[in-house]
Amino acid sequence: MLTYVIRRLLYSIVVLIAASIIVFALVVKGAGDPLASLRMTPNVDQAGVERIAAEKHLDDSVFVRYGYWVKDATTNQFGTTLLTNKPILPDLWRVMRNTLQLVIIAELLAILLAIGIGVLSALRQYSKFDYTATTFSFLGLATPVFWLALMLQVLMVNIIGWTGYHIFPIASLNSVDPGSGIHFWIDRAHHLALPVLVLMVASVATYSRYMRASMLEVVHSDYVRTARAKGLAERKVTMNHAFRNALIPLVTVIALNFGGLIAGAIVTETVFSLDGMGLYFINALGTADPYPVMAWLMITATAIIIFNLIADIAYGFLDPRVRYD
Amino acid sequence: MTDQAARLPEESTAIGSPDLTLTYESGVEMKARSQWAYARMRFFRHRLAVASLFTLIAVGLIAIFADQVALYGYDEIPLDNLVGSIGLAPTFHDWHLFGTDQLGRDYLSRVIFGIRTSFWVALFVAALATCFGTLVGAIAGYYGGKTDNLLMRFTDLILTLPGIAILLTASAFFGSGDPMRVGVILAFLFWTGIARIVRGLFLSLREKEFVEAAKAAGASDLRIMARHMLPNTVGPIVVTATLIVAGAILVEAALSFLGFGIQPPNAAIGKLIADGQGEGFSLWWLVTFPGLVIVVIALAVNFVGDGLRDALDPTQRRTRN
Amino acid sequence: MSSEPILSIRDLTVEFDTEDGVVHAVTGVSYDLYPGEVLGVIGESGSGKSVSVMSVLGLIPDGRIATGQALYKGRDLLTLPADELRDLRGKDVAMIFQDPMTSLNPVLTVGYQIAEGIRTHNPSVKEEEARKRVVSLLDLVGVPNPEQRYDQYPHEFSGGMRQRGMIAMAIANAPSVLIADEPTTALDVTIQAQIIEVLRTAQRETHAATILITHDLGLIAELADRVVVMYAGRVVELGDVFTIFRSPRHPYTVGLMNSLARLEGDQEWLESIPGQPPSLVTPPPGCAFHPRCVQSQGRAPCRTEIPGLRNFGEGEIHLSACHFAEELAAAHIRVGTPAEDTS
Repeated sequence: MLTYVIRRLLYSIVVLIAASIIVFALVVKGAGDPLASLRMTPNVDQAGVERIAAEKHLDDSVFVRYGYWVKDATTNQFGTTLLTNKPILPDLWRVMRNTLQLVIIAELLAILLAIGIGVLSALRQYSKFDYTATTFSFLGLATPVFWLALMLQVLMVNIIGWTGYHIFPIASLNSVDPGSGIHFWIDRAHHLALPVLVLMVASVATYSRYMRASMLEVVHSDYVRTARAKGLAERKVTMNHAFRNALIPLVTVIALNFGGLIAGAIVTETVFSLDGMGLYFINALGTADPYPVMAWLMITATAIIIFNLIADIAYGFLDPRVRYD
Repeated sequence: MTDQAARLPEESTAIGSPDLTLTYESGVEMKARSQWAYARMRFFRHRLAVASLFTLIAVGLIAIFADQVALYGYDEIPLDNLVGSIGLAPTFHDWHLFGTDQLGRDYLSRVIFGIRTSFWVALFVAALATCFGTLVGAIAGYYGGKTDNLLMRFTDLILTLPGIAILLTASAFFGSGDPMRVGVILAFLFWTGIARIVRGLFLSLREKEFVEAAKAAGASDLRIMARHMLPNTVGPIVVTATLIVAGAILVEAALSFLGFGIQPPNAAIGKLIADGQGEGFSLWWLVTFPGLVIVVIALAVNFVGDGLRDALDPTQRRTRN
Repeated sequence: MSSEPILSIRDLTVEFDTEDGVVHAVTGVSYDLYPGEVLGVIGESGSGKSVSVMSVLGLIPDGRIATGQALYKGRDLLTLPADELRDLRGKDVAMIFQDPMTSLNPVLTVGYQIAEGIRTHNPSVKEEEARKRVVSLLDLVGVPNPEQRYDQYPHEFSGGMRQRGMIAMAIANAPSVLIADEPTTALDVTIQAQIIEVLRTAQRETHAATILITHDLGLIAELADRVVVMYAGRVVELGDVFTIFRSPRHPYTVGLMNSLARLEGDQEWLESIPGQPPSLVTPPPGCAFHPRCVQSQGRAPCRTEIPGLRNFGEGEIHLSACHFAEELAAAHIRVGTPAEDTS
């Protein structure tokens, strides 16, 4: 098991390096000259602009620049931003914490909800519950995340307009003066309510469908028939035999959905103006500055790799046929 | 089903051998139908899928004939009645069924043009992703071993980086505005799904006897892949391609919403929503209707995809009781 | 053999509602099972041999039991409340299924699954006690190193060992009735012989009345005392195993016997029964076998009347559902003989 993990990590590092080269080239070539607008603006000290260009090695070849980037990335907190010279890593940590709060809460809630819905749908196949759940799943999968976020905002604003009630805030992570300690976190939770809801929709839709399908397959399997033939109570059959086995494929689905989660987070944070990784990335792209973009991509890629590794280990834990020893 | 009583044959002549015509006439043999006929039957049994199919056909027609269908131009500003046209809520007056925006432009027409863009881009993306994905998947699955390894590592590389991020990066720096470029970038995101599925299918088909038989008969690799294995994978490929269409519509909208995808002068539904957002929440229809249209289209595509999946996969259990 | 049947199936009819119509899986099936005997139920796929037995135990939820009784020790299983029926399963009546790989839960250890059966019906039994019992059961059915094997998963067992495990699971609570549904079909031929031995041991140890469902005539010849032959959901012949093998009274049985390969004599072609099994949605009129029947040749009663079971045995029960069963006795039909017990 340990050797497997180590092998995977080593392999992932290689992939990361390869990816970083490709992406760096992509970003640098595509961004063009990040100082272009500055050069064209009157009243800007062109000598100063040239100094920045030299400092940031903007005129060197791609390979040289990549070398500098690697050095900065590993030794200097991913370097500093081009124009404002702010160190990148501290900012990145800050936004990552915020995004993690959002994403982890949303995923956990989504998984719990989806498992419940999926199992019930399977056990009561073709019932009203099943049809309703399926309909909502389809709707959830067809709704653009950003649009749903906007609609909720519109709804909240209208509710305020009609009733004067502020049910859920529609922007940013906290109010202007949220207090400290528990008050801070309650305020944060209040602000995260809508974004979490939005982020959950797609996940619940996907996971519940897979859970339902998996449960249905398992419920008709031979070993469930054996369990019944042994005289087990129906409840035990469902829980011990059916449910446990039906969960296994879900792990893979959750792992595969991680990319979609990130996409959803980016969009949600943008609409709700949350100071998270998504918004950070959008802004970084806007400045055409390769360093924050690269930093972001590397960290996210690492997160994906780690997440997939955890998923694989969890899978092996659940399914003894797949264990690596 | 078969009329049993009327078809009793005459006595057989040969002693010791049964009259096998009896086998066919007494309802023993079911009428054999082609695989596609069964699939078609199963598909049309899903009312939702059929309704969605018609919806999509309607959408497609609107998309193709947008210039004729839309009553106003995309950027048409009614200069003769500017003040009276700005920010109208949906109304039947002048057929502003979706209202007008802050510049007085008819919103329904704008949405129609946006649909046209989404429609073609989504189809383009699905076609490109399917072709490329099938190619890679087939080669990987058929040859297995080192080739498979190599190709899968390549796919892994792409999957390691979050798709949306690559998309945003790529379109920020390369493809902004132009639908074609955006389409290519989107296809780059979606092909891995098809590749994985096709690879899995080819890997298992490779072990089947009919492939061995074809090899023994001297068929070339290409022929085996194209004539023997590919037809068996058409079902899942079609279903996945449908899902890609839905996915492409949603992602394209998100991209243009964020300002990275298709931009003016090309029409884009996401951009419409983004612009509508700028109006605050008073002109609520600017945000609502384009999104609703996306939902309806994406729903329809998903239903059709679901219907196709049921139709093409005969192993599904459908005992209703 | 005592004279009172331990399980009595009477006039059982089971139907399935499908998109293509109503499937008549089992129609009017009746047979008895006596204590201590092995009753073989033979037929092709789709003959209803499995469905008839499994629906009696309540293991076919999709099927509709249209008519019939299944009397076990005086109680009709078909009208028993669900939890009472469940109580019988695994304790009084135990099943061995066909494919041990899919019939065992892949994520639980084999030992746990067998112990589960014990502890379900004997809740007072503690874990270690159950474990000891399971280990001795595994030993009984011939699984080597049972102590270690207890903690292994089904995929770590070979096919034959898995089936031994299934058999151990079935006899764990000393059932009065053992039902083996195609127990050797999924196994290699060499393993089959071993499993047959294990089945013999199991039957001997528990003195359970056994229903052996199979399409394999060899298995019947080895293990069965009496035989029920089923075709298209009906019983077409029933009797003592030697009688059935030596002088079958139904053309279908004759066809089955003739299809066996023979060691003695020259054989150029393997004989088979011409035609296809009938549709169970719209079976042929009259006798379901008549389109394929060498004996019938399309004669009138075969085409129009469903033949009832008539007794042709002298001093014993030998039932056959054929309008022209008498002719079979007289005709020159080559039939093989089963490996005879020298008892």
